Amino acid sequence: MSLLTIEGLWKNYQGHNVLRGIDLEVESHEVVCLIGASGSGKSTLLRCVNLLETADDGTITLDGEEITDARVDPDDVRKRIGIVFQAFNLFPHMSVLDNITLAPRKVHKVSGKEAEAQARDLLDRFGLGDKADAYPDQLSGGQQQRAAIIRALATRPRLMLLDEVTSALDPALVKEVLGIIRELKEGGMTMVLTTHEMGFCREIADTVCFLDGGVLLERGTPEQIFTDPREPRTREFVQNVIDARRL
Amino acid sequence: MKNDERLRVPADWEKSERQLERERLRRRSSIRSGSVATASTILVVVLLLWLFTTSPGWPRVRETFFDLDQFTGALPDVLSGFLLNVKIFLIAEPLILIVGLLVALARNLTAPVFFPLRALAVIYTDIFRGVPTILIIYLVGFGLPALGLQGTPTDLATLGIIALTLSYGAYVAEVFRAGIESVHPSQRAAARSLGLSHGQTMRHVVVPQAVRRVVPPLLNDFVSLQKDTALVATIGPLEALRQAQIHVASTFNYTPYLAAALLFILLTIPMARFTDYLAARSQRRRGQ
Repeated sequence: MSLLTIEGLWKNYQGHNVLRGIDLEVESHEVVCLIGASGSGKSTLLRCVNLLETADDGTITLDGEEITDARVDPDDVRKRIGIVFQAFNLFPHMSVLDNITLAPRKVHKVSGKEAEAQARDLLDRFGLGDKADAYPDQLSGGQQQRAAIIRALATRPRLMLLDEVTSALDPALVKEVLGIIRELKEGGMTMVLTTHEMGFCREIADTVCFLDGGVLLERGTPEQIFTDPREPRTREFVQNVIDARRL
Repeated sequence: MKNDERLRVPADWEKSERQLERERLRRRSSIRSGSVATASTILVVVLLLWLFTTSPGWPRVRETFFDLDQFTGALPDVLSGFLLNVKIFLIAEPLILIVGLLVALARNLTAPVFFPLRALAVIYTDIFRGVPTILIIYLVGFGLPALGLQGTPTDLATLGIIALTLSYGAYVAEVFRAGIESVHPSQRAAARSLGLSHGQTMRHVVVPQAVRRVVPPLLNDFVSLQKDTALVATIGPLEALRQAQIHVASTFNYTPYLAAALLFILLTIPMARFTDYLAARSQRRRGQ
C-alpha cells in the first residue's frame, strides 16, 4: 500500500483551475520531485495534501485513510505531515528551541524536558547546536530554513513536503539546505519536494513529475525526464533549464 | 586605475583637511541657525505672555482662575479625590484589556458554529464605539441600578468603572483586531501545518506577535483613559473633578479646576513620555 495516494485532484481558484485531475502515488521512503513552471500548481498540490487548502474534487489517502473526507479533523492529519515553505515562517517572537519544541509539547503532548532533549539532538545533528537559544532574526537565511526543516521534523511526520525551500536563499546558502535534505533521504524519510534546483532534483529524486498548467503531464525517473522526455512540453521545459545552465 | 593594480586598503582613518574644514563649516552654520531659532522662539513666547497679561479681562481672570489661596485651600480635597481617579483607572485598565482581547478574538472566529459569538462581538463594538463615553456613563450610572437586578453594584465609582470598561473595551478590541490581522497569514499557516489547533495558534503564535505590535496605540488609549476617569464625576463619586466642583460652587472661584487639571497632567506626562520611548524602541527594532 502506498503511503500517499492522490486521485483525480481538482482545485479551483476564482474560476481558474489550478489543479486538473492529478493522480499520484508515493511509496514509503520514496522521494518525489515536482517540477514545472511557476503557476503550474506545484505549491497548490502540496498545500492540498497538507489540508491547508481544501480540494474541490478528488481524494487524497494517507496510510490508507482518506484525509479529504469531510468528517476528518484536519489538525489530526497535519500532525502526521511535515511541511516547509519557501519563506521559512519561523515564529519571530520565540527562540529557535521554542520554535522546535512548541508543536511536540502542545500537539503531541511530549514533556518539556523530552521535547527539549530531542530538539537539541536534532539541532546538533544538523549543525545548529549553538543556535538553540538564538532568535530567528539572528540567523542567516540558510540557518533559518534548516531550523524550519528541523521544526517540521520534530513532530516525527510520516511524510515531509518541501515547497521551494531553497528559492529564497543565496546560492552560498543553498548548499547547506540541500545537505540536510540529502541526509533526510538517507534516513529513509518519504518526501515530496518542489524545486527549481534541477541538478539536485536529478541527484536525489526517485521519481520526477512534470506539472504543466495544473496537469501532471509526465512522470518518470530522473534519467527519463531529463535526458529523454516523452512529451514535447516536457522537452521544452528541460531544454529551457539546460539553456539557463541550471542542469 | 588599472585592473591589475592592487587596491590600496588604508590602515587607519585620519580625517583629511577637507573633511575637517567641512565639519567646521557645518558646526558654525548649525550654531547660527540654532541661536536664531532659540531667540525667535523666546521672542514669540514673551510676546504671547505680554498679550495675555495686558488683555482687558486679565486681572479678573487672574483672580478667578489663578488664586493661590484658593489653590492651597482646595488642594487637599482635590488630591484625595484624585486618588479615586487613580483607583478607577487602575481597576478599569486590566478589565478593558481583557474585554478588548476577548472581543477581538471572538470577531476572528471563522467557524460557522461561532456565528452568534461573532455577531455579538460586532454589535458590541458598533454600539460602544458609536455612543459617546459620557452618555454611556449616564446610562450605566442611572440605568443599571434602576433595573433592580440582584447583585447590581450601587457604588458610584464601580458603576463608573463598568461604563468605562464597556466604552473603552470596544476601542481596544479594534486595536487588538488590527494587531491580529497585521500578523502575516503565513505565520498562521505555519502553525496550523504543525498540527496546532486554531486556539493554540492564536494563543502561542498570533496573539503574542499582535500584542507586541499594538503596544503604542494601546498606551495611547491608556493615557486617554486616565483623563476620561474625570467623566465619572457626572454621576457623582467624589473624585478630583467632583471635589473641585464642590469647592467652586461654594466660593465662585475656579482655581480648584486648575488644581485638578494640574494633577491630571502630572500623571499623564510621564505616561506620554514612556509611550514615546516604547514607540521609538519598537521603530528601531523594526528598522534592523
